[in-house]
Amino acid sequence: MTESVIVCRDLRKHYPDVKAVDGLDLEVLRGECFGLLGPNGAGKTTTIEILEGLNTPDGGEVRILGMTWEADERELRERIGVSLQETQLAEKITVVETLRLFRSFYRNGPDPDDLLRRLSLDEKRNARVGKLSGGQKQRLAVACALVGEPDILFLDEPTTGLDPQSRLQLWDVVQDYRQRGGTVLLTTHYMEEAERLCDRIAIVDHGQRIALGTPQELIARLDAPHIIEFVSTPALGEAELASIGGFHGAAKRGDRWQLRVDNLAIAVPELLAAIETRGARLDTLSTHAATLEDLFVALTGRELRDA
Amino acid sequence: MPEKRPTRHALIELTIIRLKEFGREPDAVFWVFVFPLLLTVALGFAFREKAPERIPVGLIDGPAAQQRLAVLKKSPALQPRIYSAEAGREELRRGKISLLVEGDVTPVYRLDPTRPDSRTARVEVDDALQGGLGRRDVFQAKEEHVTEQGSRYIDFLVPGLLGMNIMGTGMWSIGFSVVNARLRKLLKRMLATPMRKSHFLAANFLQRLIFLVVEVAVVTIFAWLVFDVAVRGSMTAFIATCLIGGASFAGLGILIASRAKTLEAISGLMNVVMMPMWICSGVFFSYERFPDAVKPFIRALPLTALNDALRAVMNDGYGLVQIAPQLAILTAWMILTSFVGLKIFRWQ
Repeated sequence: MTESVIVCRDLRKHYPDVKAVDGLDLEVLRGECFGLLGPNGAGKTTTIEILEGLNTPDGGEVRILGMTWEADERELRERIGVSLQETQLAEKITVVETLRLFRSFYRNGPDPDDLLRRLSLDEKRNARVGKLSGGQKQRLAVACALVGEPDILFLDEPTTGLDPQSRLQLWDVVQDYRQRGGTVLLTTHYMEEAERLCDRIAIVDHGQRIALGTPQELIARLDAPHIIEFVSTPALGEAELASIGGFHGAAKRGDRWQLRVDNLAIAVPELLAAIETRGARLDTLSTHAATLEDLFVALTGRELRDA
Repeated sequence: MPEKRPTRHALIELTIIRLKEFGREPDAVFWVFVFPLLLTVALGFAFREKAPERIPVGLIDGPAAQQRLAVLKKSPALQPRIYSAEAGREELRRGKISLLVEGDVTPVYRLDPTRPDSRTARVEVDDALQGGLGRRDVFQAKEEHVTEQGSRYIDFLVPGLLGMNIMGTGMWSIGFSVVNARLRKLLKRMLATPMRKSHFLAANFLQRLIFLVVEVAVVTIFAWLVFDVAVRGSMTAFIATCLIGGASFAGLGILIASRAKTLEAISGLMNVVMMPMWICSGVFFSYERFPDAVKPFIRALPLTALNDALRAVMNDGYGLVQIAPQLAILTAWMILTSFVGLKIFRWQ
């Protein structure tokens, strides 16, 4: 049985105008990459900052590596690495100087130069932080989180705002850390990032966990591996769609219907027939394999990006 | 292959980073090192000791005027000129000349005896004219000229500028860097490491004291070379005053920066705290002119204590014992401000 390195039960944090975290349970096992997936404002950052000991909960229980923040802050700080959302490191200081500074805070850890090589930042070793690209800055931020050789790495929205190539490079850094036996907890609102990087995912909305599982399990929960999206004039009613073979549900956003179905070979011809019967015109039609995004839509009726 | 270095202590790394951050900011270097020099030069020259001026006196045009003019011109104390009767009286009335010589045979001195310069002019003119007509002095006294070092305006000014500089750079450099780090969430990021908070604050103090040595040395050596302003008292007392002063303003900087969330807020707070001290603490003029009732409060201000101690050591030649009260005030400020600042410090 693998040990749980992060456990939180019934976590609550209420601000005057919003319940940022509203009774959240999480359990992260040693060596896994666990993702908190949810739209902006879902309470992901509040949750991860409570787990990092940077914010105090109003209620609930948190144990990290079997310890609590109240009793063992010093020891925990030595053993976790943190990358905050939007930290701006000092611009006038060079990459290696920044890393040496952070290294000096920890008992143990790799040599800053070795770490820079691992993160492909050795070419920028003597560049000032202010001169780095967004992707390089973010890798340096992660390097600062890894410089104490942590047991757990916390990443809050690690690739938000990065270009695709920088995102891939950062994912490599995370994979490399996991291969060395590290545990990762990350937040993201990119379902692609969650699917690619995470062993297990908790989908969070309004401070509550609305789904939990491996990416495959979560997608399987839709009971429908395929999604059909279409627009017709006039729009069809849900009753007309429900009669399609292998239908598992539909959500409507504006004019656009989103259908979850078992088998495209059966569903598409039946959909076209239904449109024909109604005497409507088909404006657009597309299909894709179901993703976490579709699960979020199915669970909340909203999309991750603009929820 | 980059060199391998053993990991240094966090306090040393933090201090080095603060020093580098400051040194790589050209603006900061200008305001801390160049500006005080410019200020010393400008004020030093504006208020420098001038050679005694010649007293302007007038002669009414007439038969004796040319001969009298020649005699008066020989006097180093006088600057004589010939006027028409009307113009001469006009100039005297306006105070452009101190005395007017009239009369064709026996001179008539026209002057306002309430004006000190006019009385001086009377003595000088009379002396010159009598001598010119052949009066013999009974004896020729020797003169010994003295300019008391430590009593000139520049001697008053330099310690004041030093004190003001120690206050300004201490508070600005700590205040801004702390608030800036807070804005960039760098404080929060550091809080997420095992870094000891006391090390972070101690690094700010150390950085200040290291730069302070350079700052004080630059202004002091410059004032010594250019204006002959020297430290007449004990060097130990001078250094101790600067360090304790620097530390107490570093503490005040920490206190002011402890809660501020924006650069506007910290700028406002800085001005609120520093402005009264610029005015009251005797930077450019002595606070002796303030009413007696407020003097105890003025003396309790850290800049007043610092300026008084610096002047006592530099100008009066005092040592540690005599400036102990001022050092005690500064130490109290340092302890109080850093203690409260740390207590209420906002890391995120």
